[in-house]
Order: sequence, then structure tokens, then C-alpha cells
Amino acid sequence: MSDKQHRVWEETQSSPEFAQLRKSFRGFAFPLTAAFLSWYFLYILLTAFARDFVVTPVIGNINIAFILGVLQFVSTFVIMWLYERHSSHVLDSASDKLRDKVEKELAN
Amino acid sequence: MNLDHTTISSALFLLFVLVTLYVVFRASRQNTKATDFYNGGGNFSGFQNGLAIAGDYMSAASFLGIAGTIALFGYDGFLYSIGFLVAWLVALLLVAEPLRNSGRFTMGDVLAFRMKQRPVRTAAATSTVVVSVFYLLAQMVGAGALVSLLMGFTDPAAKNLVIVGVGILMIIYVTVGGMRGTTYVQIIKAFLLMSGAAVMTIMVLVHFQFDISQMLGAAQQASGNANFLEPGQKFGKDIFDEAGNLDAVKTLFSKLDLISLALALILGTAGLPHILIRFYTVPTSKDARKSVNWAIGNIGAFYLMTIALGFGAAALVGAEAITEKDKAGNVAAPMLAEYLGGGTGTVGGAVMLAVVGAIAFATILAVVAGLTLASSSSLAHDLYANVIKDGKATPEEEVKVARIAAFVIGGLAIALAIAAQGLNVAFLVALAFAIAASGNLPAVLLSLFWKEFNTRGAVWAIYLFSAVGLLIFSPVVSGAATSLIPIDSGIAFNWFPLANPGLVSIPFGFFMGWLGTKTSNERNYAKYAELEVRSLTGAGIAKAVQH
Repeated sequence: MSDKQHRVWEETQSSPEFAQLRKSFRGFAFPLTAAFLSWYFLYILLTAFARDFVVTPVIGNINIAFILGVLQFVSTFVIMWLYERHSSHVLDSASDKLRDKVEKELAN
Repeated sequence: MNLDHTTISSALFLLFVLVTLYVVFRASRQNTKATDFYNGGGNFSGFQNGLAIAGDYMSAASFLGIAGTIALFGYDGFLYSIGFLVAWLVALLLVAEPLRNSGRFTMGDVLAFRMKQRPVRTAAATSTVVVSVFYLLAQMVGAGALVSLLMGFTDPAAKNLVIVGVGILMIIYVTVGGMRGTTYVQIIKAFLLMSGAAVMTIMVLVHFQFDISQMLGAAQQASGNANFLEPGQKFGKDIFDEAGNLDAVKTLFSKLDLISLALALILGTAGLPHILIRFYTVPTSKDARKSVNWAIGNIGAFYLMTIALGFGAAALVGAEAITEKDKAGNVAAPMLAEYLGGGTGTVGGAVMLAVVGAIAFATILAVVAGLTLASSSSLAHDLYANVIKDGKATPEEEVKVARIAAFVIGGLAIALAIAAQGLNVAFLVALAFAIAASGNLPAVLLSLFWKEFNTRGAVWAIYLFSAVGLLIFSPVVSGAATSLIPIDSGIAFNWFPLANPGLVSIPFGFFMGWLGTKTSNERNYAKYAELEVRSLTGAGIAKAVQH
């Protein structure tokens, strides 16, 4: 790879547009990851250590453990939807713009 | 079980084999470049790939294993369903898109991007083969057991014949169809599995007038266990000593084991090589994201249905009848199907049993093909082309090696599966997840997101295989009633108290990645600039594909 190409990658990496893109990706994906991991392990810890609480019946034979389990499904679908919305509204256009710019510079 | 359903089952399975072989041979004619073997041409749509991911991911362990675990142990089986689904968020938020943008064919592409090629590629290939072969072994031993249960074979030679047959079919799928052919097989299988599960779920729900509480109540009553609907029947048990007092230490270990399993389940998925290479079959990162969305939709729906399948089997078939046929409960879903069709000896029962049995075969066959493809791709592209040939192999040579590798891996899997007949190999799936979570995932994440990460860090994270090491000293291997080495042999070296090593080995993998990096002076910031810009923008992707 030529020095020129190296320069394109490094200049792009240190450009404010790229910094902004990285921030809006990481600023969204990382906290969301921390959130779903915490929520999942809260559920696991409750089923392991708070048995008396999670076996409380809510509707008929459906207890809190079931409700929490199904809520894990719900939260997974919601997070998927949130990320898709963030990506299509914010990330995709910014990354496409940068991609076109980089590819033009690499071709020159 | 009588002749009726075995005949129908064999006919249906034969039909599946013929259709998939036809599709695979047709797909092989669409292959235009040698490298289509790896990525199927990279032009699948997000929807197609999403179904294929679901097909690759939902193994017989999910379909038969989870339904069986719920049927026998109640609530705790559902923990698997949840972990296997939530795991997809790691792949969605952190891995799928950057991986698609910065690699071409294998996990090693991303790991070795800014590293020394030889050590990192060798590590990536080793890990890919180890994870895939463990997983493969569990599926193939399961195939032998399943067929003998459904067909009523008792002769071990018949089981071995089934294993050899499954092995030969998967080798044909992979060598002839490559990624394109295998992807079509996954799509067909996903469609069959989803349809089969949906029909059974609806029938169970109709039986209970769509009253889930009533279904759970019936399952609890049939089990004769007052706590059947509560967590703690299988995992994180309260353990009492002989005098009936709670053993605080053993109980704590039992609960830590549950947490350890949970950790491996949700962090393992995004480190499974046969899943990672699926992201290369679509043209852009946007399509990779759409694939994961579709996969989550399908997989989520499927795992929700395991509630009806598992508790339905507990209520309508009953644990006693299930364990009479198979102690591990793997026949719960097929037996439920027979019941829903009208019961043993009825035409409807025979048809339903045959259909579900055939779907289970299709499931196993598709998953083993995906695993064989991942191993042979990595052996050819990482080990042969970039280590042995130093990057100077032509695509044609590479793919020729990949096909040979598929024969070798397939042959090895057949031999190991025959040798392992009769052993309880269910733990191998959890082990594959634990290795993927403790080696591959740290290496992939640190590669993508940590500027300083380097060759030694990557190699240390992957190679130590701490998950395997700990497992050898765990109760899975020795010192417990369920160990591989029988407890009455008197041989016991189980100083590691957990059956699931993840709780220790996953943080250890990340730590070794960090330590290796910090103790080596190698830094490649220039290449990281390229990796980071590529991974977030997709720049240079078209060029990377033509290469």
C-alpha cells in the first residue's frame, strides 16, 4: 500500500466528520450494550438468588420469572428496533458520505 | 413406534435430501469465481441471509434439546431460549457491521488485519476448527441417537451408518455448493423448522384454548413436581447435605454455575466462526444489519415457541413417557408431535411424528454443513493461503484446498462421532460457546475497537483455551455422577467446581488480550486507521472483494 493511501486513511480517521460518526456509533451502541447486559444479568441474578420473589404468581400459574423471561424477548426486539432507527436516521447517511469521500481520494 | 411413521419419515427425509442436493448442484453452477466458495458471491439479500443465519444457528440442540429440557425440568429449559436470543444483540450492536466492512471470508481476516499474519491466522484457524469440531461432534452424535430413537434401531452399527450418511451428505453440500449451496440449504431448513414449530405451537395452544396459564398448570400437575414452574430445578439448585441442611458452599457454586452458563450463552454467539462468516454473504454492512434483524425476528419467534413445545410436551406426553425413550429428553418434541396428530397407532400421529423427525434430521444436516464450511474456509484461507503460502496462493488453489479440508474435517467428525457414541456429549455445545466467548469474542472486539491491540494480545486471547483447560478439571470430566470418567473408577481431579468455565475463562480471555498487548511493543496505528475507517464507513469494500 502506498504512502498516499496511508495518508488518506489517517487523515480521514482524524477528521472531525469521522470523529462525529464514531461518536454517534459508539455513543449509541456501547451504552445500549451495557444496558442490555445489565438487564439480562439482573434477570439471571434474580432467578439464581431471589427465588422467593420470582416465584410469586402474577396471573394464574404465570409467575414473575416467566414475565421477566418474556420481557427479555420484548427488550431484545425493542433494542433491535431502536438501533435500526438510529442507524437509518443518523449513521447510514454519515457513513455513506464518508465512504464516497474516501473512495474518491483513494482513486485520485 | 411402528412401521408407518418410519416409512413416512424415511420418505420425507429422502425428499429433503433430494431437493437440497438438487438446489446445491444448481447453486454450484451459479458460482462464477473461485472465492464464491467462501461467501457465495456476497450478493445475498438481508432477508435471505437472515433466514440462513437462523438456519445455521438453530441446531438440533435448540429444537430437541430445549424442548426436552423444558419438558423434564420446567422453567430452567427456558433459560437457554432466552440466552440464545439475547446473545444476538452483541452480534447486532458490536460485531456484524464492522466485521462485514473489514473482512472478506473468515474471522481471521479481521483479526489479522493489522497484525503479523502468520501467528494470528494460525490462531484464528485453530480456534475456528476447535470450536466448529466440538459443535459438529455434538450434532453428529445427536443425529445417530435421534435416528435410532425415531426409527427404533437398537444395533449400534445402524447408528454408525447414520453418522456416516450425515457426514457424507454434509461433505457433498460443502464441496459442491460452497457457501452459496450451503446458504440455500440453511434457508430451506429454517423455513421447515419455523413452519413445523409454528404448526405444533398452534395445536398446543388450541388444545389449551390459548390459555397459557392453563397449559403451565397442566404441565406442573403432570410433572408431579410442585416447583416445576419455578427456576432451580436444573440450574442453580439449592443443595442439601445428608442431614437435610442447606450446604451453603455447594449451593453457591451451583448458582455461580448458572451465571457462568448464562455468560457463555450470551457472549458465545458473536464468536462462533460459522455465524461470523455468514455476514460476508451480503454486499454491505447495511445488509449485514438487516440480516441480523431478520435473524432476531425468526430466532426470537422460534424460542418463544419452545415454551409451548416444552410445556406442551410436559403436560400432554409427560416426563415419564419421555424419559422411557430417552433419558436426556431429546424425544419430547417428536413425541408431542405424535400426540398432537392423534397419538400412537393413528395415521395422524404417524404423519406428525414423521414430519417432525424429518425436520430434526434436516436441522442437524444443515447445521453440520455450516460448521464444516466454516472450518474448511478457515483452513484454506487462513492457514494454507496466508500462513503456508504466505499470501501467494491463487484463489483456485485456495478453494481446492478448502474442498480437501472439507473432506478431512468431515472424515474426522465421522470418526470422532462414532468413537463418542454413547457418551453424553451435550456439554460440547456449551463448551463450544464458552471457547468462542473466551477466545474469539475478546479477539474480535479488541481488534475492532482498541487502537493498541496487537499480535501478542490476539494470540494470547485466543490460544490459552482457558475454557478447555478449566473444563478438564471440572465435574464434567471427573468426580461427579454424570462425569465422562465414571465416579466409581475412583479417578477424580475436579478441583474446578463449575461445570461451565465461562465465568472465569471469559474475563481471563479479555485479560490475556490486554496483557499480551501491554507486554509487547508492536503497535500498528496506521493500519488501525485503515481498519477503523473501513469498519465504520465500508470504504474500500468493493475493492476488497475484487482484491
